[in-house]
Amino acid sequence: MPGTRIGEKALTCLLYLSALIIIGILLAVVGYIVYKGLAMINLDFIMQAPRRAGKEGGISSTIVGTLYLTVLSLAIAAPLGVGTAIHLEEYAQKESYFAYLVTLTAETLAAIPSIIYGLFGFVFFVIYLKLGWSIWSGSLTLAIMVWPTITRTAQEAILSVPREYRENSLALGASKWQTIRKIVIPAAIPGIVTGMILALGRAIGETAAVLLTAGTSLGMPLSPADPARSMSVHLYMLAMEGLSMERAFGTAFLIIILLLFINYLANRSMSFLSHNGG
Amino acid sequence: MEKAIKMKSRELNLFYGNFQALYNINMDIEENRVTALIGPSGCGKSSFLRSLNRLNELIEGSRISGEVFLDDSAIYEKGINVVELRKKVGMVFQKPAVFPMSIYENVAYGPRIHGIKKRSELDEIVCRSLQSANLWDEVKDRLVAPANQMSGGQQQRLVIARVLAVQPEVILMDEPASALDPISTARLEELIAILKTRYTIVIVTHNMQQAARVSDYTGFFLHGCLLEFNRTEELFLNPRHNKTEDYITGRFG
Amino acid sequence: MNGIIEGKTNAVKQHNNREEKMQILQAKAGRWERILVILRKSKARFIPEILVEKLLMLSAVVSIMALLLISVFIFSRGVPLIASVGLGDFLFSLEWKPIQGKFGIGAMFVGSLLLTSASLAWAVPLGLLTAIFMAEIAPPPVGRIMTRMVSLLAGIPSVVYGFFGLVIIVPLIRNYLGGTGMSVLAGAIILGIMILPTIINISRDAIQAVPLVYKESSLALGASHYQTIGRLILPAASSGIITAVVLAMGRAIGETMAVVMVTGNAPIIPDSLLAPLRTMTSNIVLEMGYAAGDHQAALFATGAILFIFILLLNLLLNFIRRAGKRYAGN
Ligand SMILES: Nc1ncnc2c1ncn2[C@@H]1O[C@H](COP(=O)(O)OP(=O)(O)OP(=O)(O)O)[C@@H](O)[C@H]1O
Ligand SMILES: [Mg+2]
Repeated sequence: MPGTRIGEKALTCLLYLSALIIIGILLAVVGYIVYKGLAMINLDFIMQAPRRAGKEGGISSTIVGTLYLTVLSLAIAAPLGVGTAIHLEEYAQKESYFAYLVTLTAETLAAIPSIIYGLFGFVFFVIYLKLGWSIWSGSLTLAIMVWPTITRTAQEAILSVPREYRENSLALGASKWQTIRKIVIPAAIPGIVTGMILALGRAIGETAAVLLTAGTSLGMPLSPADPARSMSVHLYMLAMEGLSMERAFGTAFLIIILLLFINYLANRSMSFLSHNGG
Repeated sequence: MEKAIKMKSRELNLFYGNFQALYNINMDIEENRVTALIGPSGCGKSSFLRSLNRLNELIEGSRISGEVFLDDSAIYEKGINVVELRKKVGMVFQKPAVFPMSIYENVAYGPRIHGIKKRSELDEIVCRSLQSANLWDEVKDRLVAPANQMSGGQQQRLVIARVLAVQPEVILMDEPASALDPISTARLEELIAILKTRYTIVIVTHNMQQAARVSDYTGFFLHGCLLEFNRTEELFLNPRHNKTEDYITGRFG
Repeated sequence: MNGIIEGKTNAVKQHNNREEKMQILQAKAGRWERILVILRKSKARFIPEILVEKLLMLSAVVSIMALLLISVFIFSRGVPLIASVGLGDFLFSLEWKPIQGKFGIGAMFVGSLLLTSASLAWAVPLGLLTAIFMAEIAPPPVGRIMTRMVSLLAGIPSVVYGFFGLVIIVPLIRNYLGGTGMSVLAGAIILGIMILPTIINISRDAIQAVPLVYKESSLALGASHYQTIGRLILPAASSGIITAVVLAMGRAIGETMAVVMVTGNAPIIPDSLLAPLRTMTSNIVLEMGYAAGDHQAALFATGAILFIFILLLNLLLNFIRRAGKRYAGN
């Protein structure tokens, strides 16, 4: 028996160790980038346009590009994703072939790597639809990418609305759509918003797909027809071409901070919105 | 003494997939009377109740044959407006499901749906409905409070007020008192007695005393069949069927 | 029985009182009649209902169309080239010389598999141990904090991981192990970190989904906590754990930015952990910027192979899920 005792002690140590390694990795990645990037952050870096391919100046145009791309892609994907979720959970027959097909589609789209989205966006939006390297091409590609995330979280949220609410509303003579609009969606809103925030995070960090569809132009994008470089693409170019490591750190820092903030929002939105539900 | 028939079912059969839950139900439901449905668990009381406002259609795989009439119009006829039907035939469920909104918004939900927008008119409906449901005095000072902070008995009365607010003609109640304490139950029964002057009520209950107290007619269900249907006094004092007698005297069920 | 009937008469008396009150109330009613008219008259509007239903359906259809378009465009660009080169040559030839028209992605194909296996080799054990820790050992608050941390780890974009690898891992390898540092090892480390959250989250969920009664009855039989974990909980969670590994594999094989930044990207089969390699994904992102004609088609063909890989993994996942369900049903 003492042998097993020692074995169990060792196992416990191993388990604690692995947890510590995970924490260590997170702290190392975030800590190092925050530590090195913080020095770079000032108003000029954020407000000034990049000069000499990014070697000098700030990163203002890439911030605007990122904003443009993410907001537009979410504006396209959110109605589609939530609409699909409502269709699947409220209208489609659970066993129907069509519902199965849509679910399978969502699963597959979620598994496709971003580089393939990039290839598709390039040949379809940029070339075939002649949208060129532009915010339109980038946003449309990103929209397809984040669509499954939004659908799935919205589905879960809708599913968790008690069936009794629907029955009661219908029994009051509300139509199906009235019930969905006034009871189901308000009750599911925390989950729906969380899904959108998660999608936002994904869109901000995405690089490969954006690189191939929105281009790498450093100019300030004015309309969605303009090409744009996102912050993550900028980080890639700066680091790979060794243009300016300080600016790369600064950009990485901003991306991380943005994502930490989004992560915080996603956690908050769940509890905040459900407290104020309805 | 004879009153008008508000609803009736004719040769009503109900299936969940391959399982038949109701067999050839014929029942006349009189206007402004309380009809109680009793019977052991799983005998099809809820199923019958839910087929009176076509709520069974929400269950995938459910099918129906036979007919149900509301004021002589067949409610399963093609082209019948289900929404309209459910407005006329309101329902109170076993577990009060108050919506996650304020007390006021819960009651105003139905009227809003049906096109009443003016605040003053909504106020009036909410006030009257809550009064009719015996709830006004308890909640009039906190109408904007979240409805799910009320007690179980209050929630059940709120749900009734919510149904009253759409001015139904028939009210179906599926074991409305099963989650309530004795005092709340008594208040609910009192309320039912008042409501029947203006509405036709069908109530499912497991409580024999309750059926006897509140109802004018009682139907006894067993294994999906309507075994006996009669005036409540008759059914309780002179049951025609042994099974009925066994059940109401508590020998099985 | 008589008492019951008596109680009933009382209730009726009471209600008569109430009805009088009610009548007084109603007499006061001015606009009440009008309200009733509105309530009774309101009709459900059927046309928008159907319109809404069709619109919602349309959004689902759009998604199916998107997937179809993706498949059609990727394959129609890539497959003709594979056909003219020959699938065997395309997949296994080590000669990637686009300018001379030689398109063999053998090195990249092997590179992708190699890098994926190397990263799984360390990330799966570590991830699984962490999942066990979080689900079984950690006190609840610690478990919650770890959950937050893992979700943070999952939220960091791949380009940031790549950058981290480039400025930390690569120099470390260069200084302590030799070579340029841009290597299989650097790629495996970074890629492993990136798939850790997938492994941890999904296997932890699977472990937590094992019913508590199993655990309690095993403990009640005198089994130790670790025996229970090893003999009961992990086997019961196995289909979830396998799912986690397959999903992680899919993520690893499709990962691009992090890999391209730390592996050196030489299109050769590496002979050591310190040698550089190039994956299929890197191949696409590196050359897409300037490729044209057959060269571009060859990159699409690379994407098509990757796509097929992912589809197969998905099929496998569905199979595992179904098998897992059958197992749980018994
Ligand atoms: N959604 C469903 N799918 C399949 N079978 C169902 C479904 N709902 C009810 N049933 C079956 O139909 C029969 C009648 O059910 P119902 O709910 O009407 O009984 P009940 O008399 O209301 O019982 P209780 O007193 O327990 O509420 C039962 O045998 C039940 O198993
Ligand atoms: Mg029932």
